[in-house]
Amino acid sequence: MADVALPSQGTHVSAGLRVGRVALYAVLGFMALLFLIPLYVMLVNAFKPLSEIETGNLITLPSHWTLQPWLTAWGTAQIGVSAHGLKPYFLNSFLIAIPAVIISTLIGALNGYILTQYKFRGANLVYAALLFAVFIPFQIVLIPMARLLGMMDLSGTIKGLIFVNVVYGIGFVTLFFRNYYAAFPHELVRSARMDGAGFFGVLWRILLPNSAPIIVVTVIWQFTNIWNEFLFGSTFSSYSSSPLTVALNNLVNSSMGVKEYNVYFAAAIIAAVPTLIVYLLSGKYFVRGLMAGSVKG
Amino acid sequence: MKAGFLPKLLLSPSVLLVLACVYGFIAYTVYLSFTASQMLPNYEWVGLTNYKILLGLQNWWISVNNLWIFALLYIVISMGLGLFLAILIDQKIRAESVVRSIFLYPMALSFIVVGTAWKWLFDPGVGFEHVIRQLGFTSFSLRWVTESHLAIYCIVVAAIWQTTGFVMAMFLAGLRGIDAEPVNAARIDGARTWQIYVHVIIPQLAPVFASAFVVLVTMAIKSYDLVVALTSGGPANGSWLPSVFMYQYTFTRSEMGVGSASSVLMLLAVGLFVLPYLLSEVRRVKYG
Repeated sequence: MADVALPSQGTHVSAGLRVGRVALYAVLGFMALLFLIPLYVMLVNAFKPLSEIETGNLITLPSHWTLQPWLTAWGTAQIGVSAHGLKPYFLNSFLIAIPAVIISTLIGALNGYILTQYKFRGANLVYAALLFAVFIPFQIVLIPMARLLGMMDLSGTIKGLIFVNVVYGIGFVTLFFRNYYAAFPHELVRSARMDGAGFFGVLWRILLPNSAPIIVVTVIWQFTNIWNEFLFGSTFSSYSSSPLTVALNNLVNSSMGVKEYNVYFAAAIIAAVPTLIVYLLSGKYFVRGLMAGSVKG
Repeated sequence: MKAGFLPKLLLSPSVLLVLACVYGFIAYTVYLSFTASQMLPNYEWVGLTNYKILLGLQNWWISVNNLWIFALLYIVISMGLGLFLAILIDQKIRAESVVRSIFLYPMALSFIVVGTAWKWLFDPGVGFEHVIRQLGFTSFSLRWVTESHLAIYCIVVAAIWQTTGFVMAMFLAGLRGIDAEPVNAARIDGARTWQIYVHVIIPQLAPVFASAFVVLVTMAIKSYDLVVALTSGGPANGSWLPSVFMYQYTFTRSEMGVGSASSVLMLLAVGLFVLPYLLSEVRRVKYG
């Protein structure tokens, strides 16, 4: 780690440096405040009755705290043709995300293992081809994917969305595991082979038991991506299989009449809670996961 | 070890899926862009007609101009702000992980949630304008979201808010991996902190700049959810991006040929930035 920061060492801290420290914390504090405002606004207003939002302002705390917006958002808000609230879509998002995350993590481990431990012609080309899939604008695959799902009888189903999320996650998961296994001590694998471990022996007994960090990163990354996914969800789902992002957008953007801001804010937070929890519980890994996709070192 | 039958067999489902669902689908969409497809695919070849129609559409040029504005501001500001925050955090501050988490949490939110939050912050009736007027500044006006040529700036602000923490994390990782030798040498020579950053440290971050740039360019070109949630593309079609254009023409206006052509141009734009980067990355990473 580079010792970049200057002011911390030395016995005589000059007044100039102290002023510098104060300014540093002031700027950081101000920026932190800016970053927290939208979350703060959503939170406090989700506890206000609607009348208080219309007459008051978004910054003040509620004078009457109420849970009603949360109950409405969760259980009774009108979304599309039904008034079931977000509840069924919350479940849909889990039904999509959990199998898709498990399948993609397994695929990533397998691909990473093969691409780093076995040599074959065109391995780099295969890897580059998988990786390019990470960057394509998904608009270019929407029409043929809609037709393929139709042909497989998976249009508008949870299974269809699992399939789509797994396919377009292959690039990312392969990237994560490949970079991780590329740095794996080669001697361990070689000695296991000499002891007679075969293809699955090396994977099960040597690589996977030592893969906890990258498995965590992949799970967090994939879960966040799939939970937050909207384009595929809105294109390929039906009323009954919509993920939460699509339901939230329908609630907020296609409702007629009175705009129930408090319900919308509560709904937005409900939609954000799972990924926020994952992020708060494993912030360090989350950061690492974000960086694994772009920076190595 | 040389790959035998089993490793190749187990790799093949991934390869086949990607071949079919990425490269096959790209080929199919490119083909559709040369056909008379409207509501459904129609394989009658019409040559470059769809591209000519596309390039004559005002809606397309609104989308492209918006993309320029959006991409330029989004990339420059999130990179600048991200680097700035990373340098501040790198000054051995207290509670570093708390501060880092605060800048990063928007990254955990979906663009639909981000769009919902900012939609109301920009709403003149209840948002910033309303709040600041209540503070006594009764003539304060912030009506971007209601003006067709300003709405795109709302998208810019929300997108910067969502992504800056991620860019900061990338730069922070870069800063922590900096070679300490030249930094110490510069310090012994009496260089000031900012001089060390400008002349020694930031030049070493060139690879991070490249990575961040490629990620942000592709995110800008792909951006769709945020527009849908924040402005629904409006007012009128003032905040359309090419991604919104593609969706509208393909699925709402039944102009599948024109919609396909627009997605082909989007892919070309992404490819222009990603392919050189990808080739250098694949060559760079070695393995044992």
